[in-house]
Amino acid sequence: MADIALAPRRAKTEIREATAWDQLRHNKNWLGFWFMLPAMAFLIFFLAYPLGLGVWLSFTDTRIGRVGHFIGTENYEWLWDDSIFWLSVFNTLLYTSIASAVKFAVGLYLALLLNERMPFKALLRAAVLIPFIVPTVLSALAFWWIFDSQFSIISWSLKQLGLITQNINFLGDTTWARICVIFANIWRGVPFVAITLLAGLQTVQPSLYEAATLDGASRWQMFRFITYPLLTPIIAVVMTFSVLFTFTDFQLIWAMTRGGPVNATHLMATLSYQRAIIAGQLGEGAAISSAMIPFLLAAIMVSWFGLQRRKWQQGENND
Amino acid sequence: MTDLPAQKVDLKSILSTSARVDNSEGMSYLQSVPRRIVTLYIPLSIIVIILLFPFYWMGLTAIKPDDQLLDLDKYNPFWTWNPTFKHIHKLLFESYYPHWLWNTMYVAIGATVLSIIASVLAAYAIVRLRYKGANVVGGLIFLAYLVPPSILFIPLATVVFQYGLFDSPMALILTYPTILIPFSTWLLMGYFKTIPFELEECALIDGASRWQILIKIVLPLAIPGLISAFIFCFTLCWNEFIYALTFLQSTPNKTVPVAIVNEFVDGDIYRWGSLMAGALCGSLPLVILYAFFVEHYVSAMTGAVKE
Repeated sequence: MADIALAPRRAKTEIREATAWDQLRHNKNWLGFWFMLPAMAFLIFFLAYPLGLGVWLSFTDTRIGRVGHFIGTENYEWLWDDSIFWLSVFNTLLYTSIASAVKFAVGLYLALLLNERMPFKALLRAAVLIPFIVPTVLSALAFWWIFDSQFSIISWSLKQLGLITQNINFLGDTTWARICVIFANIWRGVPFVAITLLAGLQTVQPSLYEAATLDGASRWQMFRFITYPLLTPIIAVVMTFSVLFTFTDFQLIWAMTRGGPVNATHLMATLSYQRAIIAGQLGEGAAISSAMIPFLLAAIMVSWFGLQRRKWQQGENND
Repeated sequence: MTDLPAQKVDLKSILSTSARVDNSEGMSYLQSVPRRIVTLYIPLSIIVIILLFPFYWMGLTAIKPDDQLLDLDKYNPFWTWNPTFKHIHKLLFESYYPHWLWNTMYVAIGATVLSIIASVLAAYAIVRLRYKGANVVGGLIFLAYLVPPSILFIPLATVVFQYGLFDSPMALILTYPTILIPFSTWLLMGYFKTIPFELEECALIDGASRWQILIKIVLPLAIPGLISAFIFCFTLCWNEFIYALTFLQSTPNKTVPVAIVNEFVDGDIYRWGSLMAGALCGSLPLVILYAFFVEHYVSAMTGAVKE
């Protein structure tokens, strides 16, 4: 403030016409452009361009170390007849649908539990979020050890309880392997769903519940007719994210099973990595990952309509 | 008539410990203690135990001697009486682990700082400059948030190779912002909207430029948002796997998650101790960071979803 008071001379400079340089410095649109430049540069060079390049690569026969030529839809025709590809699509859909459904149910339940008043609430809430903080690969390794074929703590406990006589071959059996990776994914995803839904729950007015209690509503009715409708918009967004990131999951599978046994846990992402980077068939791998795009678009549409509905519910445009 | 409910509250608050903690709160007196145990404490503790057990197991394995790890009959596997630091010692002094930790840190901080700078500028421009098409750009950035790394890594690998960045940390520092910028821009837009516009108007009248307003007024007020964005981006970087797996080749250059999966997983039956020690040491920095900034974390997670 003091500097401004001491230097009045600048105000006396003559007023001149706005030059092009001034325009660049002060015009709202140009300023906006300069401010957006770094973010846009990153997003265009490393996101939009590769996205387009990926679709283009899927129409070529590029390999690692060799520039590809346009071969039309040959990669896709090849995949159409590839049973492993269809198995991976099936696995991905199974993985996504079961994991998302359970994540939603358990996450909502956990959010409702954490919304109750109880001692050590903040501590519990913090503890619940830890699986989300720890890098996925590292917790996947812990699960790998928990599901070890010989020294699994689960097998040991069940044997001690007398429920089984032999170790369960968790990651070696196709059904068990699927169950294990889905469980690990749910374990990792529940905290995210629970904490975000909890934030939504905390915005619900307690007076609504008081009114419902006076009207004689049961706890289920209170959930069904107050909590759930008010939460719908945030549920839509959270579940879109959850579905999206489960669908494109890579790390968990790669750390636990690498797609085995006999491709039973191969997701589209892991298959595309295997084909593109390990086998070197960049074109084919790109075709597999491009095949994920329609599913992602569907998820984005759901998110979009979820957001629209929220605005409609609040009765105004709240940007 | 009016005395009756008040008496009831007092009676219950003596019985129920939770009500004693804050007996000001409305409706918890309607639930009896046994009911709360069955509907609240038991399910909650089961879920929390399942959520935390892998970490207990990770930590326990990291400090157990090798013979106890594999002999489940002689020793109770759930506890150990003679912990050893052999695995952690081996990790820190006989492997590249410190290198990997340093790489991860370097990449995470580099990418986070770049992303935060870019996002602060972008978010400010979208929220406050309101240039032509600002809303469309905001929507596009939200869409970019929804593009997952697993459909980008193949074309990005060719891009990285063309730019000569293959097997260098710069490849990660430049590609991670594509994940971080959309998220942190969206988060910071929410924070910037809460700063009163009048403050900026005053500054404009006093002759401040947009740049000065951003540096001297908006950023100091948005510090909680910046912390949230920073630690969340840092965590995402630390967690990132597929880019690091694809773009890095040589052992000393790897980041912790990739290195542990690729270098420690071998045929050795005694690998579990060092593997879990590696996982533990790779998680601890994040957990410590998290412990200090729980509230910022939660607001980052929920803020980005709510906006």
